[in-house]
Amino acid sequence: MARTTSSDAQALFHSLRSAYTSTPTSLKIIDLYVCFAVFTAIIQVVYMAVVGSFPFNSFLSGVLSCVGTAVLAVCLRIQVNKENKEFKDLAPERAFADFVLCNLVLHLVIMNFLG
Amino acid sequence: MLEEDTRILSMADGESSREATARTLRNAFGNVFSFFILLLIGILAFSIRLFSVIKYESVIHEFDPYFNYRVTQFLTKNGIYDFWNWFDDRTWYPLGRVIGGTVYPGLTLTAGTLWWLLNSLNIPLSVETVCVFTAPIFSAFASWATYLLTKEVKGTGAGLTAAVLLAMVPSYISRSVAGSYDNEAVAIFALIFTFYLYIKTLNTGSLFYATLNALAYFYMVCSWGGYTFIINLIPMHVLLCIVTGRYSSRLYIAYAPLVVLGTLLAALVPVVGFNAVMTSEHFASFLVFIIIHVVALVYHVKGNLSPRMFKVAVTLVVSVGLVVCCAMIAVLIALVASSPTKGWSGRSLSLLDPTYASKYIPIIASVSEHQPPTWPSYFMDINVLAFLVPAGIIACFLPLSDASSFVVLYIVTSVYFSGVMVRLMLVFAPAACIMSGIALSEAFNVLTRSIKFQLPGSSGISQSGDTSMNTEGEQNDIAKIEKMDETAKERPSKKNKRKEKEPVVKASIRFRIERRLLVLPLEASVIAIILLVLLGAFYVVHCVWAAAEAYSAPSIVLTTYSREGGLHVFDDFREGYAWLSHNTEVDDKVASWWDYGYQTTAMANRTVIVDNNTWNNTHIATVGTAMSSPEKAAWEIFNSLDVKYVLVVFGGLVGYPSDDINKFLWMVRIGGGVFPHIKEPDYLRDGQYRIDSQATPTMLNCLMYKLSYYRFVETDGKAFDRVRQTEIGKKYFKLTHFEEVRIWVLVILGIHNSPLDGSHLQIETSKEQDSREDQKIKIGEHEGLIFARKKQAQLLAQKEVEQGRETRGTSEINYRLMCSSVCNSYNHNQEAFERDLAGIFDHYPVKGNSVEGLCSLHV
Repeated sequence: MARTTSSDAQALFHSLRSAYTSTPTSLKIIDLYVCFAVFTAIIQVVYMAVVGSFPFNSFLSGVLSCVGTAVLAVCLRIQVNKENKEFKDLAPERAFADFVLCNLVLHLVIMNFLG
Repeated sequence: MLEEDTRILSMADGESSREATARTLRNAFGNVFSFFILLLIGILAFSIRLFSVIKYESVIHEFDPYFNYRVTQFLTKNGIYDFWNWFDDRTWYPLGRVIGGTVYPGLTLTAGTLWWLLNSLNIPLSVETVCVFTAPIFSAFASWATYLLTKEVKGTGAGLTAAVLLAMVPSYISRSVAGSYDNEAVAIFALIFTFYLYIKTLNTGSLFYATLNALAYFYMVCSWGGYTFIINLIPMHVLLCIVTGRYSSRLYIAYAPLVVLGTLLAALVPVVGFNAVMTSEHFASFLVFIIIHVVALVYHVKGNLSPRMFKVAVTLVVSVGLVVCCAMIAVLIALVASSPTKGWSGRSLSLLDPTYASKYIPIIASVSEHQPPTWPSYFMDINVLAFLVPAGIIACFLPLSDASSFVVLYIVTSVYFSGVMVRLMLVFAPAACIMSGIALSEAFNVLTRSIKFQLPGSSGISQSGDTSMNTEGEQNDIAKIEKMDETAKERPSKKNKRKEKEPVVKASIRFRIERRLLVLPLEASVIAIILLVLLGAFYVVHCVWAAAEAYSAPSIVLTTYSREGGLHVFDDFREGYAWLSHNTEVDDKVASWWDYGYQTTAMANRTVIVDNNTWNNTHIATVGTAMSSPEKAAWEIFNSLDVKYVLVVFGGLVGYPSDDINKFLWMVRIGGGVFPHIKEPDYLRDGQYRIDSQATPTMLNCLMYKLSYYRFVETDGKAFDRVRQTEIGKKYFKLTHFEEVRIWVLVILGIHNSPLDGSHLQIETSKEQDSREDQKIKIGEHEGLIFARKKQAQLLAQKEVEQGRETRGTSEINYRLMCSSVCNSYNHNQEAFERDLAGIFDHYPVKGNSVEGLCSLHV
């Protein structure tokens, strides 16, 4: 039983890896970016848990900045993904322009909110 | 996809290029036509709300609009920065109120911007004019937003119909007639527009619209507390989509950025602030935010794996994930449960549990618009729409798309909320209009099509040159119908992206066959069309009547018709306030029930004790207690509040029903809620509220009774109250602690501070005065101590954090509150204040601070 699970897990891992190696490099870069943003957010949450959340607006804007960046990058990834049939007629340039605009708004708000 | 779809269709139909150009021409014509229709709808929405200006005058209505008007005046005079920092010492004496941080600024900023824009274009309108016409302008915007929303759901025809219906739905008119300058005026537009952008993002999956959506949500948060409806409804819809297996990456793009951006933007509004992440109203959105990420990941992995591998992954993840999920939910519940109200504000709680307010918060329950509506009010406010809504819901299910499921969810939730509070009929009305618009346009579609099928000659005549008129006409009709339904079909076909073209074509053919079968007999459809038009005519007549008669009264100017048909105008409210502003000192304090607080500050420019912003229940209870106490006790309370004048509204003479005697029981309830010596049963005879000879002695001796009915018997000799339809219980009495200074039909202003009869009373009061002075000094000292400690704490905090916004936000308010109360308790006596303060600082040394510096800060 235990062996089958472990072999299953191994097979799963292999298929996941093979599926991922076939994704284009641009998407991989976005993935890296998302991971980095999430990681930064986690660091901030841990810091908050250790030190305290006193300038709460700073904490909030820090974490939401990271989460927001990650979410927007995920959206961009969804849109520029060639395999995604839904956004076939959406040019990657347009998707990127939208992404930049959304990020601009997000960080304007965050600058405002930092205090 | 859509283009392909139509191309295949057109090939199948064998249409020539000539017909294609005719179609584009028709399309262009239709666009221009609908543009003009929309323009007319806007004009209709604007002009139907002008009855109040025509019948009365261009004047701000009711209570809250006066406050908004006053804030707008301040904004236009002093600019935006002073507005954010505005500490108003004219209300809630002696506490004052930080206006900048406690109002929803959307409406004020909108009107202020409009005014500024017009003035910079050299159109010199007064602030009042701009305020009066803000609501009609925004109702035109709201009907256009409804068009856009409904168009996204069911196509142009439904959109236009819904826009017309919304332009004149009585429920919305009641809140947006010219002069009704209240938050709802702009908030309904913001609400519908936010929903439109959400649906648009959901349909297109474009980040651009997602950004706009967040900004529209920001405007909504600025405008109205009802934004919590949006931030709960959209997560509900997302959850619904996920549960019913309609998850798509468009849903993710529509929702995830909205939560992050929307939360941040909401936190920017001072009145919401950290509530955007701290209160339970917003937790649903965060929970769904987490859920949608999990679901997105699952779908992503599923797309990358073979089904067997996916099964393995699921079993692996589920066993681990369940544990994590349980832990997180447990933490969340613990967090929520640790707060006393479970993190929900009173108003929201009374929405979830309709009996909550009447049990715990009489101040919310006392407002008539927070009561549940009666059945007639549904008919009054949405009229025939009530019958069309179910048909619209059914139409939304064929075919059910993401957009139409959202509208269904919207109407279901808003029906519930409108059933809890009359006020929320306003949220329900747009949903009802959208549903009815869909129902009406679908019905017209079916009926006109069946007429066309049965009159082949008439449709054939237009197709000159065709040999087989009959079949060709039918084909054309089908094509046309399909074109009309293109937008509706777009969604389901988009959803079936994965499917190949063939099924789509098959589906469309099947669709066509269904359409052909859906033909009603000629007579039936003609009659049905006539009936529908009649129904619409009834609706229009009712709406115009409601706008002209029922909802246009400004409530500060009253009109009655005498038996001979002559018109009587009572302008006593404004006269009373004008008297106050001309005949009293600038710093005099006026006590009244909270309903009249906003009007007194705005029109008379005098300081009031309580006003319509009911943020301090104790303070209101104090006034309520004073009103329900005997004269002497009331005088003491008022004296402790430095009150010089008391304002009472009395309609017994002219028959104006919403006067203070009718509101009196709420004063008793609210007062008794804080001061237990006021008991409601003391004012009721066998559970009945009465003021005639059967009334209880407590009732007949309370201040409200005495102020209202003082010298009332002199008017007609019998003292017959026309509102209560009875003779009053106690007719001849004198006021000992109050003096009548001015009486109109409605407004009585009593000055006090000069007891009238008996020298012993004089002495007694002067003694009391002395002891009161002593007390005051004591209070002053006490407050001074608190103040000194506050200052100390603030200095320390300042040292620690140089730019901490939180400290500035909360402790500055406290600090200013303290300052104002201390100053007031010293009656601006600088010397005494400095002396006391010096004494305090001797005992409680504050580092690096001199008394002089402190005094110059705020005295």
